[in-house]
Amino acid sequence: MNDMRTMDNTVLNETKITARDVHVHYGTTHAIKGVDVDIADRTVTAFIGPSGCGKSTFLRCLNRMNDTIPGAVVTGKIKIDEADIYDSRVDPVQLRAKVGMVFQKPNPFPKSIYDNVAYGPKIHGLAKNKAELDEIVEKALRRGAIWDEVKDRLHAPGTGLSGGQQQRLCIARAVATEPEVLLMDEPCSALDPIATAQVEELIDELRQNFSVVIVTHSMQQAARVSQRTAFFHLGNLVEYGETGKIFTNPEDSRTESYISGRIG
Amino acid sequence: MTDIPQTGPLPDGQTDPRPGSLLVTDDRTKRRNRAEARFKAYGIAALAIGMAFLAALLWAILSNGLTAFTQTYVQLDVPLLEEKLDKDGDRDPAKLAKVSTFGYAPLIEQALVEQVEATGVETELAPKALSKVLSGSAAAQLRDRVLANPELIGQTVSVELLASSRVDGYLKGRVSRASLARDKNLDAEHLDLIDAWREAGIVEKRFNWSFITGADASDSRPEQAGIGVAMLGSLFMMLVVLVLSLPIGVAASIYLEEFAPKNRFTDLIEVNISNLAAVPSIVFGILGLAVFIQFMHLPQSAPLVGGLVLTLMTLPTIIISTRASLKAVPPSIRDAALGVGASKMQAVMHHVLPLAMPGILTGTILGLAQALGETAPLLLIGMVGYIATNYPEGVAEGFLSPNSAMPAQIYEWAKRADPAFYERAWGGIIVLLVFLLAMNLIAVLLRRRFERRW
Repeated sequence: MNDMRTMDNTVLNETKITARDVHVHYGTTHAIKGVDVDIADRTVTAFIGPSGCGKSTFLRCLNRMNDTIPGAVVTGKIKIDEADIYDSRVDPVQLRAKVGMVFQKPNPFPKSIYDNVAYGPKIHGLAKNKAELDEIVEKALRRGAIWDEVKDRLHAPGTGLSGGQQQRLCIARAVATEPEVLLMDEPCSALDPIATAQVEELIDELRQNFSVVIVTHSMQQAARVSQRTAFFHLGNLVEYGETGKIFTNPEDSRTESYISGRIG
Repeated sequence: MTDIPQTGPLPDGQTDPRPGSLLVTDDRTKRRNRAEARFKAYGIAALAIGMAFLAALLWAILSNGLTAFTQTYVQLDVPLLEEKLDKDGDRDPAKLAKVSTFGYAPLIEQALVEQVEATGVETELAPKALSKVLSGSAAAQLRDRVLANPELIGQTVSVELLASSRVDGYLKGRVSRASLARDKNLDAEHLDLIDAWREAGIVEKRFNWSFITGADASDSRPEQAGIGVAMLGSLFMMLVVLVLSLPIGVAASIYLEEFAPKNRFTDLIEVNISNLAAVPSIVFGILGLAVFIQFMHLPQSAPLVGGLVLTLMTLPTIIISTRASLKAVPPSIRDAALGVGASKMQAVMHHVLPLAMPGILTGTILGLAQALGETAPLLLIGMVGYIATNYPEGVAEGFLSPNSAMPAQIYEWAKRADPAFYERAWGGIIVLLVFLLAMNLIAVLLRRRFERRW
């Protein structure tokens, strides 16, 4: 544990997302068993845990992506800004404009870089004319730390970029709709170390504007980028607290086992 | 590993591999290699048999059908005598039109007589008998030409008139002197004349454009028969099939694949669609007769009805191939679209459908190619017996006036007694095959061009 660097600033921000007694069933499998968690605004929250513990499942609950999986049943209350997102009046499409997602494997649309980023704002009607759309695209690409590399070839296909660039493009695409929360499902697992470092730097910048929730397999990564960490195990939220404390002085013995490598 | 002793001193430079080393194949490996070689040989034999059948088919088609594309013409100088054609001399089109083909026949006879003298052939045939060398439509041909160009009256024009089908058969080897023994149209003397004229270059075979563009003809004039009108009938039918089956098939497929709930009812629908693809095509013909002609009173033998029946046949094919294309689009694209905040419909329309389009187009073209060659369903709605002699006047006429289709036309010709029609049936097969080949080629090219772009 010598090379784990932990974040120093532990500012307390207001709560953005509150989850109470969330259960998820996939058919007969009980994947998430009663999770309670408060996710703060303008912070990076990391979900860690061994494979199959339910962290990706819980992440997908936050933007109702589990709705697309047949047989998935979600119970409990998840509130973003005091509005229960599983309320029948909430349109999942509108929710997903507010809660962006970046996936494990970079998946840019097979369109031009410009069209990739512009698609979200276009369907949500965020730009009134082409000039505004151009501005939004540029802002998003700058936020994604990829503007300098692609500003001369905005109409080149998005699939022609390298892996790291594609993932940054996907991040730019996710922030283009000005979401309030950014969900990232193991965003660096398909990238090489240099691209990983670039994305991690990017996450640190993003936290100034968004609440970021990142699922990661790498404890070192969680220690590097996050301010708060939640440890999941077999569908339960075992421990949740400040990153520094979780990695140096965890309260639960299961957390300690995972961090020291005895389990997972 | 134990050392296996050598069986004696080896000469210099030679290394005999020891048993058990990798350089010696053991029995099991040898047996397996032999079995695999046998299997490969079976595969090659099967392929060779298939290719042999294909070669035989092609040879039969080409050797029988290529002759349909050439036709015999006789060159004559016909004097267009003014006193016969235009008595008043004022070139009035109405009056010119009153002169029927009977008026032109004597002119042609005279030209024939003059041609006989000019070439110095000795023959005992009377002028009336001479004109049996030409097609029955020769007079009509000449009349059409004069009506189109009235200024030719008074001159002697050099025309190429269609020869009769017996003469054509003689030049193509179908007709011999022996077979003419009981023929009432031609005698051996005619053949002598034809031989002499052939040497003089007056009678020769030309490329037969009218086979491709012309209309079907009556039983007695096979030399005039063409597949052009039937081609138009097929074209209109294909248009109906394309316009109807593509949107309906794609829409049904998208709904079944993306939006329909997965329950027993939709499973039943899917099973039935697969079954429909295997239903014999004549059943669709009966359905078309009952629904479109008897219940909806649409015109019989019309390409519209034929197109509707073929649409029913092609829909299952298109639905199945569209579903396969939609399934092939990776779910990561859908997830990405949903994650950005697109609704399911937007994700499908903006992202999944464009990526699935090449597969959909290929399936559609193949379905169309299949429909082009179908004859059985057309049987019951009347397009098979119909003799397509007139070009449709306009587009609406093209859909609603009775017509035939290419495969139906081929069947018609094959049924008739005259061997000249038989030759034309083979020629029609060649034309049909050219179309099918072109469509399949386009499908293959499309598939290559639009291969995986994600």
